[in-house]
Amino acid sequence: MDKTMELEIFRYRPEQDSEPTFQTYEVPFHTEWVILDAVNYIKDEIDGTLSYRWSCRMGVCGSCGMMVNGVPKLTCAAFLKDYTGKIRIEPLEGFPVERDLIFSMDDFIAKLKSVKPWIIRKEGEDKPLEEGEYLQTPRQLVEYQQYTMCINCMLCYAACPVYAHDNTFLGPAAIALGQRYNMDSRDQGRDQRQEAIASHEGIWQCTFVGECSAVCPKDVDPAGAIQRAKVASTIDYFKELLLPWGKKS
Amino acid sequence: MVRELTSVGVAGYSVFLLYLVYRLGQGSEAYDAAIGLIMSPASIALHLIALVLALYHTVTWFNVTPKVIVIHLGEERVPAFMIAGAHYAGWLAVSMIVAWAVLGT
Amino acid sequence: MAKSNEPIPWSLFSAGGMLSAILLPILIVITGILVPFGFAPLESLGFDRVHAAVSGNLLVKLILFGFIFLSFFHWAHRFRFALVDMGLRKIKGLIGFACYGSALAGTVITAALLWRI
Repeated sequence: MDKTMELEIFRYRPEQDSEPTFQTYEVPFHTEWVILDAVNYIKDEIDGTLSYRWSCRMGVCGSCGMMVNGVPKLTCAAFLKDYTGKIRIEPLEGFPVERDLIFSMDDFIAKLKSVKPWIIRKEGEDKPLEEGEYLQTPRQLVEYQQYTMCINCMLCYAACPVYAHDNTFLGPAAIALGQRYNMDSRDQGRDQRQEAIASHEGIWQCTFVGECSAVCPKDVDPAGAIQRAKVASTIDYFKELLLPWGKKS
Repeated sequence: MVRELTSVGVAGYSVFLLYLVYRLGQGSEAYDAAIGLIMSPASIALHLIALVLALYHTVTWFNVTPKVIVIHLGEERVPAFMIAGAHYAGWLAVSMIVAWAVLGT
Repeated sequence: MAKSNEPIPWSLFSAGGMLSAILLPILIVITGILVPFGFAPLESLGFDRVHAAVSGNLLVKLILFGFIFLSFFHWAHRFRFALVDMGLRKIKGLIGFACYGSALAGTVITAALLWRI
């Protein structure tokens, strides 16, 4: 082993630790290693008690998000060679820690559900199966395609200063995924999603800091999705105010 | 937070405009005394601070317009630099018109 | 979840932000650089010329009114969220009231003063 690197990892084992601590591990350095490789090395070779989530190693599953030197990163896409000195690894910020690098995702999952991220058809407008699929042109696809790239990794929540202060905020990924269905030509469920999206706890908390889009590993641009939802919701609001008779039943 | 601070410059300048409007309503002597203040070093210093804040506001505002305004031409999304660029071009044009309108030829 | 009235302050904030992004720098350059440093005469902003432009000219008054009141609301909205995000979450109702209240007061004063000219 020539060169090594030090990883300072957040540890919390509720059955024995009253407070979180940091533990430093020395791992071999390989130019092709990502931080997840180093963490896996620790788990396999040094300390089997370390707990963390990971699965695909290729930026698709969205489970290996951690704070790396204070910045939310997919650890499968963050290379050791891009860091110098001790690397500090912590669980994603803003979520309750359960054990070591594992945090509770309950809040995010509940918020995701509240925007109904699936295709909704109006009652009686569902096409019977035998009539085949709902067709869509390539032009209609590009309207929302960017938002389908979200892998629910929650880096955007960890980066969001508003969510850090106030976790009632619906948050970047949930709003972006709501928009993903709102802008899908096959969907008719926007009114239902607006309940969550246009509420006080929805888009209006956002101050367009843009950190969510800066850390997004998939270029979903949730900050943009939120601003576009603000514009659309404002148009709705004034339409309803000025044209009350045009209100949809 | 600098971005938030620019709003103080934005409102501050309007307070100054409002003061001029107030003096304008009081007649020529009152107004000319008020507008004469812009020649003072203190006013120039305040204006320069306000200008820095205003330009920061303009740049941060225009640079995020492509996130809000999404235009597709066919299946291609109009690139961000063109949408921001259109704002900068419009800004330049409007600025020249305003300078011409306010100062005369 | 409650339906929000935020579209009102947000649209005023946005309109004020766009208007001041476009107009504010040149206005500051005029009153802070061009005139004081002699690139344009002070007379171009003198009483006779300005009064003639504003007095009895509804369009000019409306433009001035729009610019001033929207920049007040732009400030109110931004400042409100800046204070709340700085940790004053507990008194956010009061902050909202104070910020939008000042902007509204400024708007009424602007309208009254312009009306007199």
